[in-house]
Amino acid sequence: MDKTKILLAHGSGGRLTHDLITKHLVQSLSNPLLNKLDDAAVFESKGKTAFTTDSYVVNPIFFPGGNIGKLAVCGTVNDLSVMGAIPKYLSLAFIIEEGLDISALEEIIKSIAAAAKEAGVEIVTGDTKVVNTGKADKIFINTAGVGFIPEGLDISGANARPDDAVIVSGTMGDHGIAIMAQREGLNFKTAVESDCAPLNGLITDMLKVCPRIHVMRDPTRGGLATTLNEIAGQSQVGIELNEESIPVKPAVGGACEALGLDPLYVANEGKIIAIMPEKDAPAVLSAMKAHPYGKDSAIIGRVISPNPGRVSIRTPLGALRILDMQSGELLPRIC
Amino acid sequence: MNFIEEFRSSQSGRTLLEYINKRSTKPARFMEFCGGHTVAIFRYGIRQLLPPHIEMLSGPGCPVCVTSTADLDKVIALSRLPGVIICSFGDLLRVPSSRQSLLEVRAEGADVRIVYSTMDALEIARQNPLKKVIFVGIGFETTAPTIAASVIQARNQGLANYYVMSIHKITPPVMRAILDAGETRLSGIICPGHVSSITGSNAWEFIPEEYHLACAVSGFESLDILYCVKSLVDQVEDATPRLDVSYSRAVKPEGNTAALKIMDEVFDICPANWRGIGILPQSGLCLRPEFAAFDAEKNFEIKLSEPSRETPGCLCGEIIKGTRTPLECKLFSKVCTPENPVGPCMVSSEGTCAAYYHYGGKLG
Repeated sequence: MDKTKILLAHGSGGRLTHDLITKHLVQSLSNPLLNKLDDAAVFESKGKTAFTTDSYVVNPIFFPGGNIGKLAVCGTVNDLSVMGAIPKYLSLAFIIEEGLDISALEEIIKSIAAAAKEAGVEIVTGDTKVVNTGKADKIFINTAGVGFIPEGLDISGANARPDDAVIVSGTMGDHGIAIMAQREGLNFKTAVESDCAPLNGLITDMLKVCPRIHVMRDPTRGGLATTLNEIAGQSQVGIELNEESIPVKPAVGGACEALGLDPLYVANEGKIIAIMPEKDAPAVLSAMKAHPYGKDSAIIGRVISPNPGRVSIRTPLGALRILDMQSGELLPRIC
Repeated sequence: MNFIEEFRSSQSGRTLLEYINKRSTKPARFMEFCGGHTVAIFRYGIRQLLPPHIEMLSGPGCPVCVTSTADLDKVIALSRLPGVIICSFGDLLRVPSSRQSLLEVRAEGADVRIVYSTMDALEIARQNPLKKVIFVGIGFETTAPTIAASVIQARNQGLANYYVMSIHKITPPVMRAILDAGETRLSGIICPGHVSSITGSNAWEFIPEEYHLACAVSGFESLDILYCVKSLVDQVEDATPRLDVSYSRAVKPEGNTAALKIMDEVFDICPANWRGIGILPQSGLCLRPEFAAFDAEKNFEIKLSEPSRETPGCLCGEIIKGTRTPLECKLFSKVCTPENPVGPCMVSSEGTCAAYYHYGGKLG
């Protein structure tokens, strides 16, 4: 029996499953609720509770700046945090393809533990399934998360108001380009790392200086452009951006240029869009810049009354054009 | 400053625009040949900043858009053959043929893969010795050398399961065809940048010499395009058509001789079927007889169950000739959208219809 690979028996519910759970998962993710190994985690909650879930099927599973495990924790922590919730408990479910190296799984679990520690969340329940070779792509992870919303916060994509300021917490498109470069073996002069990170610490600092933040979102798939279009639609307002203010790393800009992509449509995993009354923007911006995950923050535009549901962008030449939603898959150009 | 920012300086751009607006007095109609230019012009908002008497038309320079339905039908037929893996570049997978797109046949179980370079396709062939890997060679002079290189590499490595379905096209003949047709009364042409980096700017000398039209080769940044428009305006105002190059950092007069040599080694010039234009002699590239072992057309029996047909009402053919704009198409943005593209000009990220759809909306 190959002891270095995941076998179907690891998902059978027998001794190997038990060993996998106790040796690899519980040991690394240990906390009182998980250690009980009951069928459900039982905890008390009061006040407004946020609950979210997401599945991670990224290819490749290891990439510059992170791996699928870190991504699974950060993604769910961020989905809770942008609602103003303080993330507390996560579930963790693996679907593993038979034959995955156990060392790869260990590496992923180590990253999950590190990301959970940084975010201050506990993995309190989980599940492991193993499927035949070819029925999954190495490993899929599902995480669900619970967080508690402090009194007085009201953050929603529907809350943007005319004259609000739009801030982003850093450079756009890093994650998508890091993944694409790794996946396709593209070598650029400057390596691009994923921005994958838990943002609850940064968001706590922002809410400390301005509990009146109207909207927060993490611009993941579809990038900045698609997320802002969703907000414009939910709030029935226009959003006008200034292209020159939007931070993009030169390496990401260069890669996008070579591939025929627009960084405003490329995915991020460690960035926030925040929309708040204009008068609060300077204080929020300086709180963001003081945090390591927000040092490149910038005010990139404002909410307007005209053109409800649409996002427009002022080009460096001074023209104003539509910034539409992404349609279809991002594909590099042919020539 | 870096290699991109230098060519996007907003201050220099505004100075150029001021010059163009002052200098231009005569009505002018400029065609950007290349789809990459169309997208850049929309993305930077250049159209709305030019004087109203300057009209910018989009040309045929999108490799996906000019691929004929009949050629696509052949590719779809190949994808259905047992033991075949089809590889191609991105957008082509979404283009509807007479009946289906490659994405749709993939969903039905065909092995169709997107690759980023021909070397990826060669690797797939190496890893799947029991399968036959067909690379769909699409594009202009820009991509043809890399495909030629892959054929040579396959030969040198003795790869017996790698084939190329060549639907490559070359650009000067189609430019001549559009000018000869005389359907669009043009004042000047923005010549393609990437293509010219291979062919050399000399390939376009016939435009001012034989057709007495202004012409300039452009890169893809805002300043590249504005320099070109400035040059075209100067040529029109002075009535002195000439070949100008505002992309000299990438384009030499003689082009990339190494790339041209390898193209010539592998490909013969042959007729090609251009969507909306038809079969143009001497405008396509097919594998030379000595590379017949790698030629998909010669090694597979391509059977079409029904004759090819264009979607009724689709104006893509007219749009790539610059005789109609997407706004004149009854299907545009109603039936034909990026989510449900009817014609290739809406599919391709460099297609004119997609550019109009994404960037052309009116702001109140």
